[in-house]
Formats: sequence, C-alpha cells, structure tokens
Amino acid sequence: MSREIGEVILDLKNVSLAFGGVKALTDISFDVREHEIRAIIGPNGAGKSSMLNVINGVYRPQQGEIILRGKHFSKMNPYKAARAGISRTFQNIALFKGMNVIDNMMTGRNLKIRSNLIQQALWWGPARREELEHRAKVEEVIDFLEIQHIRKTPVGRLPYGLQKRVDLGRALAMEPSILLLDEPMAGMNVEEKQDMCRFVLDINDQFGTTIVLIEHDMAVVMDISDRVVVLDYGRKIGDGLPDEVRANPEVISAYLGASH
Amino acid sequence: MAVSRAMDTFPRLLFHHSRVRGDKTAMREKDLGIWQSWSWSDVAEQVSALACGLAELGFRRGDNLAIIGDNRPRLYMTMAAVQCLGGVPVPLYQDAVAYEMLFVMQDAGIRFALVEDQEQVDKLLEIKAQLPLLEHVAYDDPRGMRHYNQPFIHDIEALLAIGRIHIRNHPDFLGDEIAKGAANDIGVMLYTSGTTGKPKGVCLTHNAFISAAKGGVEFDRLTADEDILSYLPMAWVGDHLFSFAQAMVTGFTINCPESGETVMTDMREIGPTYYFAPPRVFENLLTQVMIRMEDASAIKQKLFHYCMKVARRCGADVLDGKPVPVADRLLYLLGTLLIFGPLKNVLGMSRVRVAYTAGAAIGPDLFRFYRSIGINLKQLYGQTETCAYVCLQPDGEIKFDSVGKPAPGVEVRIADNGEILVKGPMLLKEYYKRPDATAEAINAEGYFMTGDAGLFDDEGHLKIIDRAKDVGKLANGAMYAPNYIENKLKFFQYIKEAVAFGDSREMVCAFINFDIGAVGNWAERRGIAYSGYTDLAAKAEVYGLIQECIEQVNTELLHEGALADSQIHRFLILHKELDPDDDELTRTRKVRRNFVAEKYAVLIDALYSGKSSQFIETAVKFEDGRQGKVAADLQIRDIKTFPVAGRADR
Repeated sequence: MSREIGEVILDLKNVSLAFGGVKALTDISFDVREHEIRAIIGPNGAGKSSMLNVINGVYRPQQGEIILRGKHFSKMNPYKAARAGISRTFQNIALFKGMNVIDNMMTGRNLKIRSNLIQQALWWGPARREELEHRAKVEEVIDFLEIQHIRKTPVGRLPYGLQKRVDLGRALAMEPSILLLDEPMAGMNVEEKQDMCRFVLDINDQFGTTIVLIEHDMAVVMDISDRVVVLDYGRKIGDGLPDEVRANPEVISAYLGASH
Repeated sequence: MAVSRAMDTFPRLLFHHSRVRGDKTAMREKDLGIWQSWSWSDVAEQVSALACGLAELGFRRGDNLAIIGDNRPRLYMTMAAVQCLGGVPVPLYQDAVAYEMLFVMQDAGIRFALVEDQEQVDKLLEIKAQLPLLEHVAYDDPRGMRHYNQPFIHDIEALLAIGRIHIRNHPDFLGDEIAKGAANDIGVMLYTSGTTGKPKGVCLTHNAFISAAKGGVEFDRLTADEDILSYLPMAWVGDHLFSFAQAMVTGFTINCPESGETVMTDMREIGPTYYFAPPRVFENLLTQVMIRMEDASAIKQKLFHYCMKVARRCGADVLDGKPVPVADRLLYLLGTLLIFGPLKNVLGMSRVRVAYTAGAAIGPDLFRFYRSIGINLKQLYGQTETCAYVCLQPDGEIKFDSVGKPAPGVEVRIADNGEILVKGPMLLKEYYKRPDATAEAINAEGYFMTGDAGLFDDEGHLKIIDRAKDVGKLANGAMYAPNYIENKLKFFQYIKEAVAFGDSREMVCAFINFDIGAVGNWAERRGIAYSGYTDLAAKAEVYGLIQECIEQVNTELLHEGALADSQIHRFLILHKELDPDDDELTRTRKVRRNFVAEKYAVLIDALYSGKSSQFIETAVKFEDGRQGKVAADLQIRDIKTFPVAGRADR
C-alpha cells in the first residue's frame, strides 16, 4: 500500500467522563495518527461510544484535553469538531427517514454552503451554482458507495444495511479528514459486512481519511485496523497493534477470554 | 483521412456517420447521475485514438482482443477500434468467474484485453499464469486501480493519449489500415454458450452482421432517430446485433445504463423507441405491475381491471390495424388515456415502436398483455451462428406460437427430419480453429443446421417445435415432437407438468400433473371436497377439466400440418406430483423422460393396451428424507380426436 501513516493528528490526554456518580471513562489517553485506521474495542458498556462522543464534542469530559492538529480543545463541541473536519456515523442510524438518499447526503454538505437563506430559497445566482457543485460531490460519493439505484428512494424504505451505507455516505459527503464510525457493521449479514469493510478500506486508501472505528466483530477489527485501543469499564486496558492486543493477557481475560 | 466510400465494413460505416451526422448523439451513458453523451464525431475521434494506441502497443492485423465488462461506450468503441486495425474483438460474458473465462481466452489466443474495471482485471490476473500469450490489459474505470503498477496494465486514458500522439506522427496510418479491411474479414467472434460441450468461437464477417442489421432495419423501418437501451451482455449475439451492428448501420443512439440495478429507472428516463428483452424480463415487469395494482385503492383496481378487459378484447386488433367496433375503439381510447398510457410510461415503454423478445417460449397471456396495451412486442428467431437473424414477425401478423416469417435475404428450409436449415449472407464463416465443427454444422449445399426442429404453418410462419434430437416419429411416419405438445399443455394454468409418449407408437398418450393451486382453487369454488393431490387426482370432475384442456390442444394440433397426427388419444392423471427428489425431474424442473417412462412402465402399458384403469404403487421420498408409498387406482380416459383431413389421399 502506498498510504503512509503520518504524524499524530488527534491526541487525547487523561480524559475522564462521569454522569453523576457513574464513571463512564477514567483517565484515558491515546492518540490517532494521520491516515491510520484506529479501532476502539471493548465489551458492552466499556465506554466506546462515550469515547467517540467525547472526540466530536457531544459529551464534555470533566477532565483531560483533546489536541487536534496541535490545537488544544478543552471544550470541544460538535460544531467545532465538524469545522475541524471530523464527521461521524451513528450506531442507531441518524438520517431523515422521509427524505430521499440525495437530500440526506446533501445535509452532509451543509457546513460548506456559503450562500444565505434567501439566496437558497430563491435558488438564485450563487446559490444555484453552489448547489450544482455540492450535488456533483454527493454524486461522487453515491458512485463510490455504489448506491445509484436508490438515489431517489426515501431512506425509511431502505433495508437496514443500505441505510447504514447511506449514513456513511452522509458522513463522507462532508469530505472529512477524520471519520468516526460507531459500529458500522452491527446487525449486518456476512456479505454486507464484507462490503462495508471494503468501503472503509477504500475510503482510507483513496481519500487518505483517518478512521476511528468502534466495532464488535473481532475478526473485522483485527483484519482492517492498524492499531487497537481496548477499553473495559471505562479504563484503557490495552493499546497497540492488533497482534499485540490479541496477546495481551488483560485483554484476553476481559474481552477475548471466551473465544480463547 | 482517406477512407473508402463503400460502406461494407463497420469502421467505414462509423466514419460515414461522423461525416454525415457528426453532431448527432451516438452514445449515452449515465454517470454521476447525469446522462453523458458522445456524438458520432466524438466516437470517431476516440475510436481512432484507441486504435492507434493499440497499434502502438503492438496490436496487429489478425490479433484477437478480449472485451470484458458491462455495456460501456468505451467498450463498444474498442470493438470498432479493433476492427479498424483488422483485428477481431472477442466479447466475453462479464459475470463469468475467472476459470470460466480461461477456456475462451486460451482458445482465442488472446494477446490483448480491454476490461471494464478492477473486478475484471483481478480475474485476468488470477489466470494470467495460464495465459502465456496475454501481453496487455487495459481498463476503462480507474477506481481501485491505483496500486496496480504492473507494466502490462494500462489505463484507457493513457492508451488514448499515446494513440493521439501516434495520430500526430502518422496521420495516414489509420486510413490505410481501414482501407485494407474487406467485407469478408471476420468482424467479431462470439462464443457459443457451450451447454453442449466446450464453447465454440463463432466467426462472423462484417458482411454477415451488416446484412443482418440492414435486413432488420428495413424490415422494421428503423431510422437514425431510434434510441435503444444497451443492457444485455455484450458477449450475446443479440446485443451485438442491436447495440452495435444496427446502430452502426442506421446511426441511431445507444444508451448505457448506470448500473445493473438502475436499468428500470434509466429506461424510464431514456424512453427507448426500440427495445429487446428476454421473456423473463417481461414477466418480471408484469408481476411487479400486478403486485402494485393489488395495493392500489379499490376504485383504481376496478378501473384497471375494466380497462384491461377492454384491452384484451380489442387491444391487439387496434395495434394490428384490424377493424374494431366504434364503441370498443372509444373505450380503448379512454383506457389509453387513463391506464395504458400511464402504465407504459411507468414501464419506460411510452415511446417503444418495436419491441422484440426471443430466447425462450413466451407464454401467450404474457405476450397478449403487452400487445393489448399497445406495445408492439414481437418475436424473432436466430442463433449466434446466424447473427440472431433468421425469422421476424411482421407487423400485423403476430401469432404467439410462431416466430414469424423468414427475414429478408434469408432462406429457410425444413429438412426431412424436421430440422430447420438456414442459408443467407448472415451465416457464420466458420468456428474458430474447429474445421470439424464447421463441417458438421454447414451441409454440402451451404445450409446451416440449426439443431432445432420446426415447421411452417399454412401462412408461412415458422414454428419452433423442439430440439431436433428429441423429435421422433409415430408408427405411421408422422412427426412427433414431445416438448411441443407438452408446452402446449403446460400453457394451461391448470396443468403443471405433462409427459407425452408416442415415439414409434401408433398414437400419442400423456401423463398429466395438474397444478394443485389452480385446480384446488377451482375445486373449492365448486364445493368439491378433497384431502390432497392424490385425492383430487382421482375425481371425475378434475378428469373432466383436464380433458377439456387436452381437447382444445387437439383442435389446435389439427391445424398444424405435420403435427395433426400428434393429437392426444388417451391420458391419465398421475397420482403424485413429479418431483426432483424422486429423480423424475431435473433440478431445473425438466422432465427426465426416460426415467419416468421406465418407472411408470406399467402405466404406459395400460395406456396403450386400452385398459380403463390401472393400479399402481409408487415409492416416494418425503422432504425430511423418509420413504413412503403412494398407491392408487388410476383411471385412464379416451379423448375425442379429430380426423386428419386428406389422410385418404396420402
């Protein structure tokens, strides 16, 4: 592969997050390097989704900081995260069910739209030109994800596996530099999983997008990720290459135990 | 460029179109949601660049080039480019797996391949070790190809670029090459499907395809303004005829869909005027319409069914221009406004002037449905060896059970054994490197032996009956075609399977399996109580129902010349359904005739010995693998047959 893993672009330092008395994350530090596929694994309730929510600012950690491309954020919020090039997909698909695939994906372009509300309402001048540009970009993503045949289908009518793909498409339409995927393969059959793996690898390879991914399917994680963080009860218990993690006794007892 | 004015090869036709209708759209393809078009002069320019690029890579006159991929403009252009250089394009089925491609690639001695995308490149790489002759592979779609740095793999854009430089340095090269081409050169090589033995490369000349295309174009009065959707495999002879040869002959527009899954949407957007689909496509479309109709509101359903009734009564006659009562004509007009028009629009068939189907028998109801709503659906007959051009149904002379009259320029003869023999300019030149097969297929008088058995009806329409090898003779010497009779029976909704007997016997008898769904429903409506198939099979009422069907078949057979003697004299309804689990049917649900004849020999004896009933006990396998026995006392019925006219004179 020609893709080369670069410098650390996202660094999390001593992050702790609690909801009242419940400690979701305790003193977690790890980093993500440019162009890599970084997986976060752990049993149910380990704090994986919370971790992702911290990265894109949905939750604010009580302690710790996020360093994104050298900039310190003690208070990240979703808007800032999006402006900084972070986009994500959701475990429970977050799409507008009544809108068609194109419209849903166009929402991913929202941040890049420069024309104002009135111009857009009148669909006049720059607004029109701009929409054509955004539509062209969305079409590229549609082509990339091979969903031409459902372009104009309302999302609510699509099967689950395709909805997941559209959700990924919406995130991709943002042209992110960091893509957060929250269990992209959950609930899929083998074939759909294979397709999704291929898309994740292709995104990483062709666009150089850095990917942070939560996944339950160990085979998938070990196959496609460059480095893996293991969480358990809100603590980091392992971090390293897939093989190192697999050999880590603490990880085995916490998570992989049953399968060994 | 010095190009001969004679239009007897495809490259000459192409450059002719680029001269006379250079700005007109030749090809369209939907990409990134938008229909992109190429004019005839664009196509000519790209074909020139491609040809010169290939020449630069070392492609020489007489070389074969494999084309593998979905219908893409660049792939069609490559065909023309190869022909410019005096080479032969060999399209392969794009969905074949690598090892299936291996035989054809080796047989055709492929040195160059142009493929659609990464998937096809990967297949070729997989078998590259067994293809020592393969030197260059070019691809159309660069997606995913970034890491393929093997020197023999080329992006088509790079090929075009070196081609354009070549044109600048050798401006006369391509013109000279095209001038060297002759009408009798091989224009394309299409492989037979190989259901019987290894695939054979069918070598077809420019002249063959141009004659076939011209014949069809004149027959249906096609013009340069037609639009056609090119969605069937490029390796299939029909696609080559419609999307390449006829487009080149008339200069009409071919439209390539965005992907396999978007064909329906793309069809609606393009609205082709000339359309081809195998029967199963028409069947799927109809099923979809019917399913969606069932979800419609009651008023819409009523309206739909009323209009369809009108259409069934007079639609086909309106289409054929036959006299129709004024009241019906008005109702039909109303139906067109309310139902047929919108329905055709949804199907993407609003603009269809001529639609063809072929490849398998099409059910009469299905065929009538499309014709009755005003779609000029017709049947044709042909095979790879004849450029898919032997018989066509003329407008206004449509019969669902014939494939029409011999096409212009084609001579059709029926051999003594019933086999259809064909002669004309569209015949194959030879099978590639297979003089033995060529000699076997073309007889001393130059007729191609199709392997199909058929006959002409009173109006000169050809009927395909059976594979010639299945056709036998009755004891009195009359032709006997079991599949033909069985298909006729199976067109009735009540009859699921039929097995006819008669080879070397004095009369035809049949076993019948009825359709438990249709007959069960029929029985319920009449208050006939039954417990299952075996019980129902013994009912006199059911025998009566089936008997009516068979009598109707007999009346039809009476009017079919040589087959009049094949009327069914006696039949019985089997006490169990023929089943693949009992080896009576193949997995594709074809009757294993000999096996059935052996297993039920006692029933056949009873049919021919004049008994009125026969006891039988049969072992059956249940779905869970248990063995069981079914026993029954089967009735045997005689059926009214009709005396064959002119018998005394023979």
